[in-house]
Amino acid sequence: MVAKGKIVWVSGPAVRADGMSSAKMYETVEVGESKLIGEVIRLTGDVAFIQVYESTSGLRPGEPVVGTGQPLSVLLGPGIIGKIYDGIQRPLEEIAKKSGAFISKGIATTPIDLKKKYHFKPTLKLGDDVKAGTVIGTVQETPLLTHSILVPPDSKGGKVIDISSEGDFDLEQVISTIQKNGTKSPLKMYHKWPVRKPRPYTERFDPTVPLITGQRVIDTYFPIAKGGTGAIPGGFGTGKTVTLHQIAKWADSKVVVYIGCGERGNEMTEVLVEFPHLIDPRSNRPLMERTVLVANTSNMPVAAREASIYTGVTMAEYYRDMGMDVVLVADSTSRWAEALREMSGRLEEMPAEEGYPSYLASRLAEFYERAGRVRALGSPDRSGSVTIVGAVSPSGADFTEPVTTHTIRFIKTFWALDTRLAYSRHYPSINWMQSYSGYLDDVSKWWTDNISPNWYNLRAESYNILQREDTLKEIVRLLGPEALPDEEKLILEMARMIKIGILQQNSFDKIDTYCGPEKQLKLVKLMVKFYNESLKSLKENIPLSDIRSMSIIPSLLKAKFEIPDEQVSKLDDLESTMDRQFNEIRSKKEEVELIV
Amino acid sequence: MSDIGSSGVEYTKVAEIKGPIIIVDGITKASFDELVEIETSEGEKRLGRVLEVGNGKAVVQVFEGTSGLAITGTKAKFLGKTMVMPVSNELLGRVFDGLGRPNDGLPEPIADKFLDVNGEPMNPERREYPTSFIQTGISVIDGMLTLVRGQKLPIFSGSGLPHNILAAQIARQANVVGTNEDFAVVFAAIGVQYSEAQYFKRSLEESGALRRSVLFLNLADDPAIERIITPRVALTVAEYLAFDLGMHVLAILTDMTNYCEALREISAAREEVPGRKGYPGYLYTDLANNYERAGRIKGRNGSVTQVPILSMPADDITHPIADLTGYITEGQIVLSRELFRKGVYPPVNVLMSLSRLMKDGVGEGKTRGDHMEVGNQLYDAYSRSQEVRALADIVGRAGLTGVDLKYLDVGDKFETDYLKQSIDENRNLEETLTRAWDILANLPKGELTKIKDKNIEQYFKGGSKPSK
Repeated sequence: MVAKGKIVWVSGPAVRADGMSSAKMYETVEVGESKLIGEVIRLTGDVAFIQVYESTSGLRPGEPVVGTGQPLSVLLGPGIIGKIYDGIQRPLEEIAKKSGAFISKGIATTPIDLKKKYHFKPTLKLGDDVKAGTVIGTVQETPLLTHSILVPPDSKGGKVIDISSEGDFDLEQVISTIQKNGTKSPLKMYHKWPVRKPRPYTERFDPTVPLITGQRVIDTYFPIAKGGTGAIPGGFGTGKTVTLHQIAKWADSKVVVYIGCGERGNEMTEVLVEFPHLIDPRSNRPLMERTVLVANTSNMPVAAREASIYTGVTMAEYYRDMGMDVVLVADSTSRWAEALREMSGRLEEMPAEEGYPSYLASRLAEFYERAGRVRALGSPDRSGSVTIVGAVSPSGADFTEPVTTHTIRFIKTFWALDTRLAYSRHYPSINWMQSYSGYLDDVSKWWTDNISPNWYNLRAESYNILQREDTLKEIVRLLGPEALPDEEKLILEMARMIKIGILQQNSFDKIDTYCGPEKQLKLVKLMVKFYNESLKSLKENIPLSDIRSMSIIPSLLKAKFEIPDEQVSKLDDLESTMDRQFNEIRSKKEEVELIV
Repeated sequence: MSDIGSSGVEYTKVAEIKGPIIIVDGITKASFDELVEIETSEGEKRLGRVLEVGNGKAVVQVFEGTSGLAITGTKAKFLGKTMVMPVSNELLGRVFDGLGRPNDGLPEPIADKFLDVNGEPMNPERREYPTSFIQTGISVIDGMLTLVRGQKLPIFSGSGLPHNILAAQIARQANVVGTNEDFAVVFAAIGVQYSEAQYFKRSLEESGALRRSVLFLNLADDPAIERIITPRVALTVAEYLAFDLGMHVLAILTDMTNYCEALREISAAREEVPGRKGYPGYLYTDLANNYERAGRIKGRNGSVTQVPILSMPADDITHPIADLTGYITEGQIVLSRELFRKGVYPPVNVLMSLSRLMKDGVGEGKTRGDHMEVGNQLYDAYSRSQEVRALADIVGRAGLTGVDLKYLDVGDKFETDYLKQSIDENRNLEETLTRAWDILANLPKGELTKIKDKNIEQYFKGGSKPSK
């Protein structure tokens, strides 16, 4: 029985309709004569409270509201990759075809092209027993991505009584039929899944493999693991979006879901313009062939912004279920929280801190819990992961505001962006004293096994220099640097070199934008060695000024953008030069002593 | 607003009047966002807009304010349409009030079409990414905070600071009359003083740009609630000129703080749950609906470049208005009271300022290969000089190292030889970059860590001795 009611009240994106006693919570409804899409978010008697995903301008009491019987769902199948969707999985390209450069309301579209043919290769045969989540066959979605066609996770399974042989099919064709207890279920290459319901899996693992992002301060100092969670809070201008773009560009995952949630239109355009031209360093294919965008910019309807992160994470889980590593980037979760606040205000709910609803924390927890590394349902045995990285935009860059404080409770990697670093153009402005990673020990095995057995120690030694500088800074602030003994002046100098040569990274420089793990390690190694050699020299009474004027220093600081990843062995040459120069200043000293 | 039709449903039962809002009872037919014509018992007509409708009641915001309205005798006519602005190329050279009605004694312009003032969100898929450099002739902007066509770059100012002078200089110099006929300036005065609006108008007049400008004036003594519409009508016209007529439009909105205050007034009257400092929780979304009306569209010639101006209450950049604006716009130009007191014009605090689109508008093939690197190095040097300056205040010059002293010098030179320029001084990019290299020449070569070796070889004029 489909609910049919009438609008009785309109205020912005919120609508009340009566005659809705048969409507269900979170059911999708068509609102008004122009059939705007909405979702039921509260039921009182026969009055339904509806959030509308499109502009309600011109909507009037008395217009009809019709239920669809379905919760808000996404369509999952080949054709998602490379698309840009709005918050409720409407392709923006289709919308543009119908309404031009500006988005009108009441436009109906299909999320994926159901008429497009794909070359299907079955992996099942007649008589096979299948369970929910089992792979039926594969299609090549993009040159980069082999898409597994899955038995829907809510299927009861059964025996294969019909399966297509290899060939070209469109999405509406039945490619297999399974039967259980006499009930036949035809399967197509796509299925629907409600966005607010996490997709099921067999088992969850601990994340142990680092997500390599090519960003030194992240990979080396505050790593995130595949299947992990991280947050980037920062005031405006601190480079949240640039950092997220960098992760989306260079992370070594199979699929990237980028959610622009209440942010700038031009930023989404930038991704759309840039990604097709950027080449993935591992596969040598355009990045767009592994990326899907969900764009609900700040001027698009606020309720769809609330839905956008669920739309994104459901698509991410879908690719995870094929056995892939997926990175989901959400910019910004604060705008999503504001959408919650706005709807909550219109529902006249009792507000908690700063007007946010009391369920803000539990909604955030639910969202970040959808990250993880899992064994997928069905056969063959495969595991995949969803890594979630969320930007937080704290008002006034104040990290004690509700969205930041609640987010911190549910994430394990914290990259704190610092307005003061940004003002001095230290980018990425990730504050190395405030940030932390809960995955450091989990991923150190990977670094030890794959890059260098010394990774953990080199990282710790270089980090230690930064920590010592932090304490010394207080003294310098009061007494000036000349008041310090040479060994401590060396710490200051070293910290400066690590900041410029390693922590700072220019995303807009062709070479510096991505720094592979091996180069990262070598750069750290060079710095640590320079420090140890300098310390040794100081102990041999070589003046600090001799060390400071070594011509190797500018080369060390510029190695990040002068030496590309493919020529990483040049860093070894740099090391030899360093050795030679240290020998020179030592022998010079000996000469002086001889003369004396 | 023009074109008040005579059609529509009239109601006479006003249930409540509070602040800028009236609640009309006995409603049978009204829609959300509908335009309402209110008539006082004396026959005076005012305009309003539906904020909420249902259960036989409509909440109507009255733009001209509710002063003089009575429960009895007030008529409200619901016009069956949302608010529209008549547009055509005849708008150029004209002056309108804050609701888009002619204010210069001339008749209504003949409309080419009527556009909803709320606009529609631009589809990100159809946006053209902004990449064309706009030379403003102001060194600090061109060299370090480059403005790009289609960008939204606000000026964060404080009361008494010369933001309007700076905006007017940008408007004059960014569009050199006679060389470029497809530009236009849309100026929206939102609750500013008469003299400020007049200064701007005169400045456009003297440069001959007035005939290519459209002015919307809501002055300090005009109705406060009108201010909610002023940027909307202005941006509707800007979009029309840019995307229908193919012009490059510079839209200047001053002062957005007054706009936000009008919004807060409405929100308070509706007894909504407030966010920070009493501003409504939807302030971000509402501001975004205005600021996002900038950009370029694929396959069309024109562009809307927005320079909103806002005065930060108590010069506080963390105040919600500045804060939320910074989260939406593509950078910010922050003015500094300290530099202003020192007599530096434009008093731009570069360390707090930023142009997010600079990276896309400069470089090889667009401006010059060293542009971005030099800008970054100048930032770095000036930032370091400020740290040294603070240190010198405590420990004295004697406690500084040789390199520190050089930075101190560079900081001073930056302010006098680069930042500072006169109100009518129009420097080309070449000159701006030369000035930058002249300043950097005071540093040892080894300090230029942000610049590639090949650019140092080509442009660096200083000695090559590394630091001591």
